[in-house]
Amino acid sequence: MSRLTYIGFAIALLLILAAVFAPFIASYDAALSTNPANMFASPSAANWLGTDSTGRDVFARVVFGARISLQVGIITVVVSSLIGIVVGAVAGFYGGWVDRLLSGYVFNVFLAFPGLLLAIALAAFVDEKALLEAVIGADGAKQFLDVFGRGLFKILLALCAIGWVGYARVMRGQVLKVREYDFVQAARALGAGNLRILFTHILPNAIQPLIVQASLGMAGAVLSEASLSFLGVGVPPPAPSWGTMIEEARDLTTLQNAPHALFVPGIAIALTVLAFNFIGDGLREYLDPKQRKR
Amino acid sequence: MKQRVMNLLRRVGLTLLVVWTVVSLVTLLMELVPGDPAKAILGENVTPEAYAAFRSRHGLDKPAFFFAFSRADGFTWNGADNRYADYWKGVLTGDLGTSFKTGRPVRDMILERYPNTMKLAVAAMFVALLIALPLGILSGTRAGSLVDNLASFVALLGISLPGFVIGPFLVYVFAVKIPIFRPTGAVYPEDIVLPAVALGAALSAILTRMIRSSVIEELGEDYVRTARAKGLSERTVIFKHVLKNGMIPVVTILGLQLGVLLAGAIITEKIFAWPGLGSLVVDEGINKLDYRLVQGCVLAISLTYIVANSVTDIVYRKLDPRIRIS
Repeated sequence: MSRLTYIGFAIALLLILAAVFAPFIASYDAALSTNPANMFASPSAANWLGTDSTGRDVFARVVFGARISLQVGIITVVVSSLIGIVVGAVAGFYGGWVDRLLSGYVFNVFLAFPGLLLAIALAAFVDEKALLEAVIGADGAKQFLDVFGRGLFKILLALCAIGWVGYARVMRGQVLKVREYDFVQAARALGAGNLRILFTHILPNAIQPLIVQASLGMAGAVLSEASLSFLGVGVPPPAPSWGTMIEEARDLTTLQNAPHALFVPGIAIALTVLAFNFIGDGLREYLDPKQRKR
Repeated sequence: MKQRVMNLLRRVGLTLLVVWTVVSLVTLLMELVPGDPAKAILGENVTPEAYAAFRSRHGLDKPAFFFAFSRADGFTWNGADNRYADYWKGVLTGDLGTSFKTGRPVRDMILERYPNTMKLAVAAMFVALLIALPLGILSGTRAGSLVDNLASFVALLGISLPGFVIGPFLVYVFAVKIPIFRPTGAVYPEDIVLPAVALGAALSAILTRMIRSSVIEELGEDYVRTARAKGLSERTVIFKHVLKNGMIPVVTILGLQLGVLLAGAIITEKIFAWPGLGSLVVDEGINKLDYRLVQGCVLAISLTYIVANSVTDIVYRKLDPRIRIS
């Protein structure tokens, strides 16, 4: 793997550490409590990365923002890849009208439309609380919102709704390829059933490109969460989502007085996306011997 | 010939089916939102007459769909006289309904904004090509060199920086620190520069990578050796032969990316207060719960998206005879 891949892994590790140990690195109170006396402060010993237009500590906000980004990224990738794997495998394995319906129609619907717009519509129109209550009951919904905060569930819903198709398409192609291999025919000849062939023979051999896809999907999910929050339909303020931070820092007064309030979350997003792109590219090369340079 | 007509019909059919699905999905989403849009737009203190007039004007007094579903009653059939059917009847005659908020025809509101978004998308493509062509050719012909590595890094950076990071950054540099451009608005011709750069940055990064690998691949082809053996200068080889063939995948990407630009425009337009379709659907539509407007914008955007993809596909086939035969 190239040096860039290792840099990617290093940044990702740093990010995960920051997210997990956020309460030990910064204070959540400083990330949320406004202080009109300390607006637009430059970086100093008290506020390492300065303060924003309402006097909140930018460092604390960006550290706790990592939590939101990673939570969204990881859950989105896991859920949408699971859905995608199952749907793609079914389409590729069974073929026939199932495949025509899924890849000819359903995949096309998602291909023919900017995913971000659908995500915006979902995030804007879905009644998060009502939906949660319908799914896990009133108590569960309250607990969920207490732990994860508002906005997270609908963002996950929106991003998974647009995200699974990419995995499904890759998976379908892989299954179409792998199911013709000799060992699959051999397993069938030995009397293995459809499900057994699919899960123990085809899936393990078809999964590799999905790993690359997942890494790139992580970058995409982090970016989409920030986009939704930036547009005001994601995690509602005052929660420190990186997208919200940029939205709050882009007015002219803040740009003139405290540009760091814009740069810090901007750099955080760029580094995160860059890291997972590096990892994805590196994994692609590593998993595909034909692309390996040395 | 018959085959061609059939293919065309299939494509048009699929397009219509997809657009119908997308708009219906969004409609369903909006209809599921709890609360009364009439109350949300007119306010709580509206007179009963005005309230009733609003509801009948926008079809809110009719059932939403052909059938309804509730836990208590199960499925109930509402008949053909419903809001959803009315909407599509209108669409067939070119009527996209009236905006809840402004009372103006949605079609006019979209037509007003549509050219601005297209202008922005085309300008962004232009910016992207302006950056990507020289950078891609340079790093493709000098693969592995310092220039190549530098260009690759810049390209990766461009892909990783979303528009809503680049946009405010551009505003900071070119409107606050060095005030050559206005931070927002669309009054003077030069107002398009910053949004176009912000929107085109990611595309330029993708194109640079694309052109680079395309140039490298074509340089290894037999016809390049022939051209060189004929004694053609390297310049002629690259510009007359390599680029001509290497541009085919680039054209495809450019066409497919128009849709991505349309989505990106939603964010770019918000940053620069650019009066396009994106700011219309988010600021006027979604934020103000103007359902009719959202439906219309979604229809317009998805139609543009699909038509762009189809045209790209056709151009691609024309450019590369090998695909046509197979």
